[in-house]
Amino acid sequence: MSLLEIENLTLSIGGASILKGVDLSLEAGEVMAVVGESGSGKSMTALTLMQLLPPGSKTGGRVIFDGQDLLKASEADMLRLRGDDIGMVFQEPMTALNPVKTIGEQVAEGIRWHTRVGRAEAEQRAAAMLDRVGLPQSKFPLSRYPHQLSGGQRQRVVIAIACALNPKLLIADEPTTALDVVLQKQILDLLRDLVEEKRMGLLLISHDLAVVAEMADRITIMRHGEVVEAGETSAILQAKAHAYTKQLAEASAHVPSVRVAAAPKTTPSLATDAPRPLLEVQSLSREYPGRRTGIFSREAPFRAVRDVSFSVGHGQSVALVGRSGCGKSTLARVILALDRPTGGSITFDGQRIDILPDAKLRAARRNMQVVFQDPYGSFDPRHRVERLVSEPLHLLENKPDRDERRTLVETALEEVGLAASDMEKYPHEFSGGQRQRLSIARALITKPKLIVADEPVSALDVSIRAQVLDLFADLNARLGVAYVFITHDLTVARAITDDVLVMHDGEIVERGPTGAILDNPQSDAAKALVAAAPDLDRALAARSRTKRAEALRPISG
Amino acid sequence: MTDAALDQPLPDDGFWRHALRNRSFVIGAVLTLLIATMALVSFFWTPYSVFELAVANRMKGLSAEHWFGTDHFGRDLLSMIMVGARASIAVAVVAVGIGIVLGVPLGCYAAARGGWIDEALMRVNDLVFAFPALLSAVMITAIFGPSATNAIIAIGIFNIPVFARVARAGALSLWPREFILAARAAGKSKGLITVEHILPNIISLLLVQGTIQFALGILAEAGLSYLGLGTQPPMPSWGRMLFDAQTRMMAAPHLALFPGFAIVLTVLGLNLLGDGLRDILDPRLRRVR
Repeated sequence: MSLLEIENLTLSIGGASILKGVDLSLEAGEVMAVVGESGSGKSMTALTLMQLLPPGSKTGGRVIFDGQDLLKASEADMLRLRGDDIGMVFQEPMTALNPVKTIGEQVAEGIRWHTRVGRAEAEQRAAAMLDRVGLPQSKFPLSRYPHQLSGGQRQRVVIAIACALNPKLLIADEPTTALDVVLQKQILDLLRDLVEEKRMGLLLISHDLAVVAEMADRITIMRHGEVVEAGETSAILQAKAHAYTKQLAEASAHVPSVRVAAAPKTTPSLATDAPRPLLEVQSLSREYPGRRTGIFSREAPFRAVRDVSFSVGHGQSVALVGRSGCGKSTLARVILALDRPTGGSITFDGQRIDILPDAKLRAARRNMQVVFQDPYGSFDPRHRVERLVSEPLHLLENKPDRDERRTLVETALEEVGLAASDMEKYPHEFSGGQRQRLSIARALITKPKLIVADEPVSALDVSIRAQVLDLFADLNARLGVAYVFITHDLTVARAITDDVLVMHDGEIVERGPTGAILDNPQSDAAKALVAAAPDLDRALAARSRTKRAEALRPISG
Repeated sequence: MTDAALDQPLPDDGFWRHALRNRSFVIGAVLTLLIATMALVSFFWTPYSVFELAVANRMKGLSAEHWFGTDHFGRDLLSMIMVGARASIAVAVVAVGIGIVLGVPLGCYAAARGGWIDEALMRVNDLVFAFPALLSAVMITAIFGPSATNAIIAIGIFNIPVFARVARAGALSLWPREFILAARAAGKSKGLITVEHILPNIISLLLVQGTIQFALGILAEAGLSYLGLGTQPPMPSWGRMLFDAQTRMMAAPHLALFPGFAIVLTVLGLNLLGDGLRDILDPRLRRVR
């Protein structure tokens, strides 16, 4: 009998049908990936298993876990199961831990609750578990607090909590979506090792096929609350029998067609001898004062950006890639004059903007706009689209009147593929991808020469990511906007940029044409990024290699 | 997941359509209007005069002539509550007004500037906070003479740090948000951003705090009046009536019950009004109720 057997599971919340007859089964020691866009019901399936559904939910069908129907289990039974036999790893490591408790306490908590062992023994087991997930006691004692750890380390703690009691089933809901590619690979490797070691069943939820291709034994593809296709990973990914599977597979390695056509472009390299670059950054540094340790003493200042120089020509698009915490977002803010450098200079459109006072930045700001990462956080929820998108019009010398403003907003919305009627709506009425389009419309409305985009697609599903990348590429080709494109994902960089700058620890360690760098990275930082980038074809090749190796190995035990 | 629920278009129709559909707003508005009308009517007409004593009629229970009974001087309780509403509401409204008008800009300014200015402003704030409010109000009225006006000013001063703190905390959590960064990238000054983006987003915090401070204001006025430092007799106020009733609770519980009800209804009405306004003003919450 399978460890987990879901039969014809239905779920409706407040009358809206969320799951429409989901079937899924999982054996012990098996990795099952559930893949789909946001809204496909994959997270809700996981929450149904845990019986952590919002109020007003109605479920139907059967969910047999270890011989017990979870849909009929009492809350007391579920309390026993959650954290003991079923562990869960959440997406956002920043919020999944309690900030006022040490990591030791948080791992030991579950052990003590479920096994009733003493404090000392629970701590001992917690220490062993943290050690197992790669946080050895010598460097990460139990007394650390979450804020003293990086995102990847926190996710390891979350995994330690989930696996502390050797659960039979581990549910990981987008465990790596909030992490950079290098950390993503490390966390996935850790999860795979734990599954093998403890013979757990792993339900791995993701929106990106390429991420799960390497480690899932079987894949279930979901859409609109239904299972579209399910089966053995390599079979599914090779056949791509269903149109939607094909679409998902293509989306994760998407290259906008505009760029394919214009590929052998003039390739303006970074050492450009063009008349005058649009943006010129020279030996730029940004230091933050260290934390205050006493009235007169401070920790050593933190140098987020050190001695960075580069330039961007008109219409050129440059990727700034690096792992999280490498200083790329700080650099973006300094370029946008939202933060001031502590050294070096920035020349934009022939003007030194690093020394201009805020009031004199209007002309520069008009020509330099920004797109942020979080499509939910980048709009004031209280304003309508018309007002939000027209916000930069504030920078024009002669303010347009109401009708002109509406026309401009209309044009901008149409430019990004939205309708003029969307003007009257509020941001919460749009999906993540649409909001990112709004964000681009806002950036475009003053007809800027440069757009700085800070991880503009990393919060989006792969399929939507592809559309937004298309849009960026299209605008570049049509309007000649230059981009500084900040990302940790090389597939994204490859999709739309001419040149790439690799950042590590605040410095630029490698630069050159995107294709050349990605195919043949020289620095360690670039190599790590390239090696960690999820790639469907490579994952498939790796799978068939291990398959063959397994087949050749003599059968033992 | 929630996208499906959000996809239905929002029928868009001004403030009042939303307001009338919001139950707590309607109930709150009715209660508040009722109390306010009562206070206004008392300027022209009350069932009996509150300044004429009729000791023969003292401590009467409820009757057709005196709906709410009479007090220990034989004055009609209903008339007293009507007139008392003036002082209580005026004190609370003006005191909360002083707090909002001075405290909110102060808090927003501190949050926008940051650094040592923020630090200095907030330490001064703490200093005011550290004084026992009622005691200082006693001091102020003792120096400038006991009157309703001085009570208002005294209570109002102690509302300033409360609102400054709430406004600053709300504003601080908004400043690093991306939509604020976007507004800065659009060249807007900190003042303009505060007016356009910060204030609308902290309004719900301020409304909730405002209703709490309003209730506290009525109570503070009652306390000051009890000490003889607020509303001066023979002018009645709800707080004074409550304290007068204190010693006669056993003999005539209605003396305490009616002013108590009046205070509860006013505070409840304002709370509901505040809750309702918060929901109506937030476009994300509009479809919920």
